[in-house]
Formats: sequence, C-alpha cells, structure tokens
Amino acid sequence: MIELKNIKKSFNGRMILNDINLTINDGDILAIVGPSGAGKTTLLRALAGLGDIDSGEILLDGQQFDPRNSDLKNNVIGVVFQDYNLFPNLTVWENVTLAPKMVLKMTKQELETRIKPILTHLQLAGKDDLYPFELSGGMKQRVAIARALAMQPRVLAYDEPTSALDPSMRTEVANLLLELKKDGVTQIVVTHDIELANSIADKVFTVNALS
Amino acid sequence: MQYIQTVLPSLLAGALVTLKVFCLTIIGALPIGILVGLGLKSEFKLVRWILNGYVWLMRGTPLLLQLIFVFYGLPLINITFDRLDAALFAFILNYAAYFAEIFRGGFQAIPMGQYEAAKVLRLNPWQTQRKVILPQVIKNVIPPIGNEVINLIKDSSLVYVIGIGDLLRAGNIDAARDVTLVPYILVGIIYLILTAVTTLGLRRLEKYYNYYR
Repeated sequence: MIELKNIKKSFNGRMILNDINLTINDGDILAIVGPSGAGKTTLLRALAGLGDIDSGEILLDGQQFDPRNSDLKNNVIGVVFQDYNLFPNLTVWENVTLAPKMVLKMTKQELETRIKPILTHLQLAGKDDLYPFELSGGMKQRVAIARALAMQPRVLAYDEPTSALDPSMRTEVANLLLELKKDGVTQIVVTHDIELANSIADKVFTVNALS
Repeated sequence: MQYIQTVLPSLLAGALVTLKVFCLTIIGALPIGILVGLGLKSEFKLVRWILNGYVWLMRGTPLLLQLIFVFYGLPLINITFDRLDAALFAFILNYAAYFAEIFRGGFQAIPMGQYEAAKVLRLNPWQTQRKVILPQVIKNVIPPIGNEVINLIKDSSLVYVIGIGDLLRAGNIDAARDVTLVPYILVGIIYLILTAVTTLGLRRLEKYYNYYR
C-alpha cells in the first residue's frame, strides 16, 4: 500500500499541489485525472523521484521512503513515460535487461528465466533484437512497460498512456492495463482521458487546477 | 620515375612522422575533449568558467602561435620540451578544445527523457553515460569530429616550424636540394591519400552507427 500524506508543491510561488492525500491499495489501478497544468504530472514526477516536493510524506506499507534516493530499497515505482523514452541505441532485449543486469546484478540465467516471460506476456516474444525505431507506437509502449516491470517495482506508473498513440489504440491500452491488474500489478495512471480513467480505475483522483 | 624512387623513402619517413603526430594527438585529444565537453555543462559555475576560458584561449589564438609559444617561449621560463613533446602538447590541448565544443553540443542534443528513464531505472550516472548517453553522443558527433580529424592531418604540417621532420619538411628539403617541383607534388599526393583513407574510415564508422536511428 502506498500512501501520500499532505503533499505540497509550488513553483515560483504558485501552488501546484495543495495538501494531496491519497492511498493506493495493492493490486488497484488508481487514475489521476485533471485538466492540463493542474499538477498531475508534477505529482507523478514526485512519486518517481524526478521532482521535489515542498512538504509531505510518501509511505510504502506505512514506512516512509524517498523516491529521490537511489538506494535500492527505494525501488518502488516503475515509470512508463508519455514518449516511452526507450534507449534508441539498444535493442528491445537490451533496453529491458540493462537495469536488471547493472543494478539488480541479475545473471544471464536469471535474465532468461525472469525477463523472457515478461516479454512473452506483453506479446514481445521474438522482438528481442529489434531497435526502437523499428517498432510501432503500441509496441514501444509495451517495451517501456516490460522495461519498468523488469525492475520489479511495487507500483507501475504511466504518464498519459494514450496520448502518444492512435485513438483506436485506446481500448487496447485499457485491456493491457486490466490484464496487468489481473496479474496483481499495482498501477497509477495519469491521464486527461476521463473516459479511460473511469473504464479501468478502482479509484479516480482528480487534481484540480488551483488559482 | 627514377627520381621519384630516390626521394620516396625520405618522404615516406616524413609521412610516418606526420602520422605519428596525427595518431597521438587523436588519442590524447578525444578523451580530454569528452571530459571537457561534459565539464562545460557542469553545475559548478567555476568549472564552467575555467573550461570556457580554456576553450576560448585555444580556439581564439592561432595553433601556430601556440606551437611556437610552447617550444620557443616556455624555455625562457625554464620549461623545456623536446620537439615532439612540444608539438603533441600544443596539438592535444588545441584539438581537445575543438572536440570539447563538439561534444558539448552532442551532449546537449540528448533529450532529458533519456536521463530520466535511466534515473527511474536506478542506473547510476556512470552507467547512464556509458550505456545510454555516450553511444548516442558518439553517433551524433562523428561528422563534425571527422571534419576536425581531416583538418588535423593538414594542420600537423605546422610542426615544420619547430623543426620536426614531417612530410612537408621532407619534401621541402628534397625540393631545395634538387631544385625541382616533383617532391612538392608527391607531398601533395601523399596528403591526399592520407585524407582519402581517413575519410573512408570515417564513412565506415558513420555507416556502422546507422544500425539505429
């Protein structure tokens, strides 16, 4: 369970996040919606350790942790970026295994037994040797998901998972997220697409633009 | 034809010296260039300030002056180099400055998202540079670096002024001794061959890095 308590953040004196309190239960999908500029992405970035918060606490199972700290015990949130940010110089397999190999020190054997199933599950079997430029948008997204899952995070967070894709892909994304939910993956979805949010989320949290 | 055969050995010996200056300069200047290029976007103002000063000095004054300064100037304050060391010292410092500016641009062209993706995957800065950023930077900078490398082949003839027996000097000696144009023409042809081979090598390198976009 992840809890956010009294999260506050302002930019240049303008309050972006004012006293956010949120709980995410294990295995749930939480959708964070709101108009653009309201602070959805700011909140996600704070959770991912890519941005500071001014005050407040982030707790995992009641224990405080600091997403900005690179210590492995803070390896809680995996991120699927809006533009995926795959490494263009690495193949699908290298993209997904780079961090498990270098950070988690997985052996070749472990990579085979733990990462291969993730790729197969995301319908990426046989795509190991392709480079990102050879993939469609939907495939890139699945590689990004595989790459995040390979680090065994407690929570998978998406920034606008549908905005870089063809509108017809929306249902596919929704199904994919629901499938991962079935596998027990806890997910946070930042989106401006309220329909998507309502169709997949156990809880929808609205961030309002503050004046 | 027979004359060519008599001067060719001395010209080739000179070409070897040219190649030596060329290779050692590349080996020294590339890593320094990468480090300075990284340092130019350091968050420490003093580091940026010093490195910008260095780049400005090296790019703002003639390489010929730098060469003369190191070999003939520094001994006046009791710092002496032998000829080749003086040449390498000046060339490496000069070319590293040009390379640094190219690498700085190369690093800046990498989107922030690449660093962020690496960060959330918990890669440390060194791993991020080595596996993600540098390979992409190198691909981007091959054409401009290649330009400088070709320039270096020709610039290496400046070592002439501090008495190093490079290709140009060898040709000049032969031409003066035998009162003929032929050695100069041969020198030109050898430079053309050196730049052609280097250009081909650079093309191949560019092609190799085309495995991704």
